[in-house]
Amino acid sequence: MSAADNSQSQDAPPTFEAAYEIPDIEHPLREAARMFARNKAAVGGLILLVGILILTLLVPFFYTVDPFDLVWAPLSPPGTENALFGTDYLGRDILAGIVHGGSATLAVGASAALLAVVIGLSVGSLAGYYGGWVDEVLMRITEFFQVLPTLLFAMVIVALFKPSVATVAFAIGVVSWTAVARLARSEFLRIRSLDYIKAARSISSSNRRIIWFVILPNAMPPLVVQATLAVGGAILFEAGLSFLGLADPNVMSWGFMIGSSRDYLMDAWWTVTIPGIFIFLTVLAVSLIGDGLNDATNPKLRER
Amino acid sequence: MVEPLLEIKDLRVEFDTRDGVATVIDGLDISLYPGEILGIVGESGCGKSMTALSVMRLVPVPPGRIAKGTIRLQGEDLLQASEKRMREVRGNAISMIFQEPMTSLNPVFSVGDQIAETILLHEGVGKRVAWQRAVEMLDAVGIPAPEIRAREYPHQMSGGMRQRVMIAMALACQPRVLIADEPTTALDVTVQAQIFDLLKDLQEKTGAVIMLITHDMGAIAEMAQRVVVMYAGRKVEDGPVDEILTNPKHPYTAGLIGCVPHLSVNPTEERLPLTDIPGVVPPLTRLGKGCPFAPRCVKALDKCGWEMPPQSVVGEDHRASCWLIENDEI
Repeated sequence: MSAADNSQSQDAPPTFEAAYEIPDIEHPLREAARMFARNKAAVGGLILLVGILILTLLVPFFYTVDPFDLVWAPLSPPGTENALFGTDYLGRDILAGIVHGGSATLAVGASAALLAVVIGLSVGSLAGYYGGWVDEVLMRITEFFQVLPTLLFAMVIVALFKPSVATVAFAIGVVSWTAVARLARSEFLRIRSLDYIKAARSISSSNRRIIWFVILPNAMPPLVVQATLAVGGAILFEAGLSFLGLADPNVMSWGFMIGSSRDYLMDAWWTVTIPGIFIFLTVLAVSLIGDGLNDATNPKLRER
Repeated sequence: MVEPLLEIKDLRVEFDTRDGVATVIDGLDISLYPGEILGIVGESGCGKSMTALSVMRLVPVPPGRIAKGTIRLQGEDLLQASEKRMREVRGNAISMIFQEPMTSLNPVFSVGDQIAETILLHEGVGKRVAWQRAVEMLDAVGIPAPEIRAREYPHQMSGGMRQRVMIAMALACQPRVLIADEPTTALDVTVQAQIFDLLKDLQEKTGAVIMLITHDMGAIAEMAQRVVVMYAGRKVEDGPVDEILTNPKHPYTAGLIGCVPHLSVNPTEERLPLTDIPGVVPPLTRLGKGCPFAPRCVKALDKCGWEMPPQSVVGEDHRASCWLIENDEI
């Protein structure tokens, strides 16, 4: 071993690294998208959801029959002239109800889920990040909402105010944020003790910055999944409330269709079954997407 | 005498635990002088990392609290400073490198973004300038193809490269004090040597003072000019590295040196057998009145059990706290 050899071996690592092929840089979001695309069920769910969105947002412009108009004899079966899906007990076109009522159902589902995520995320992140008495107080409040019978509580809210799309969405959001809050809290608890949070403090990032720009992006994957599933849950909840008659009687929605025709279930199955199938398909699509997102963003499930 | 850049005086840090109050640091005096690398050495749980967190004022409160003392950065007492002032200090005047490069970087942002973040937080520059500086920093810490590497995510880098990124982050705002908390513990030995070379090199260029925290006497021998030996939250000995390595006064220091394979410069020198220090650091909630090392000390006197030894000057800039010195037995 000469001295020259020695000095060369000291310099070697950097040159080795330089010669090392630099791997392609894939953004984590793009990687997740690629994993999602590989999941057939999730892609099927996405296609289904896009189809439902087209049906409820675009088709109304072409199929302009008013869902509240009498178009044919009451309780006509599907396949009748002028009413492809038949009519209900007042002779209203069920196809028109499906086409025009979907947007209200989806709007309630989406806004209720959004409200649930906003409340749940705020409560859960503050509780998990600050801990101590903040955590105690917020978690007791969460538990209070958790033990309330959700359907009854939502019914009380809707009954207190005028039943409208906004009230129903509000009622559903208010009773369903606890799952998001608990999940957000557990993620914040886990992440706040990791080294890169200490490192962020050591370069003097503020608490607000750490919550929103350091912890939240890392806590996102399970929360996105939870939010997607919350949409499905909220649509079902809306259908349930409508079934019980707690829907805006002036706004056509799938739940309202089921609710108003429930007495005719035995005589005219199509009045309830057809909107029921659309609710089922929507919730199925959203759940498949949620599952796909879960698999795509969870590194532990990626290799399967 | 040169004014110290950073001066820790009579620091006392306590933690509330289930077993009572644990005094994790007690009566600690440390001074860092311009241009030096100071090593802090000791076993796990001796208060090394707590010292670092105290300087950054990042001791978790509660359960911890800084009960007493001053930490002066060029005369300004950081323990009295407002939180706003501390935010200006952290990452700017004083910055820190952590032990675990694998977990100390945020996995969802590119490394360039994370270095630029430090610059954005402290200097009124635009995003483009900050990014440019981040790339320059990556270049300075010896990362090849910095423009491309800056856009990479932590999981695409090796441990050594991540630690280089951490160093780039810490040095991005030209700090006056750099605290390196076991910067190489999680790395391969060859990478350790590279990181040490890098730190030395950057220290010479930037003139920052480095507080190197480690449990490895070998690292101290290689890097530091002065060393502070800590035990159970107390300074037991400090002085120039050469002097301490060849002539340790405290039995604990001697024990630490004794358990590292041949630190001697001359390989033909007769080798001493490797020794260990029996026992572990006592629980910090139940320290007696005496020297905390007494229960494990082979040379302990009766007195050691019930009275704390004072600090005695044993050489030029060399102090140790042990009754044996007082009794002239060393």
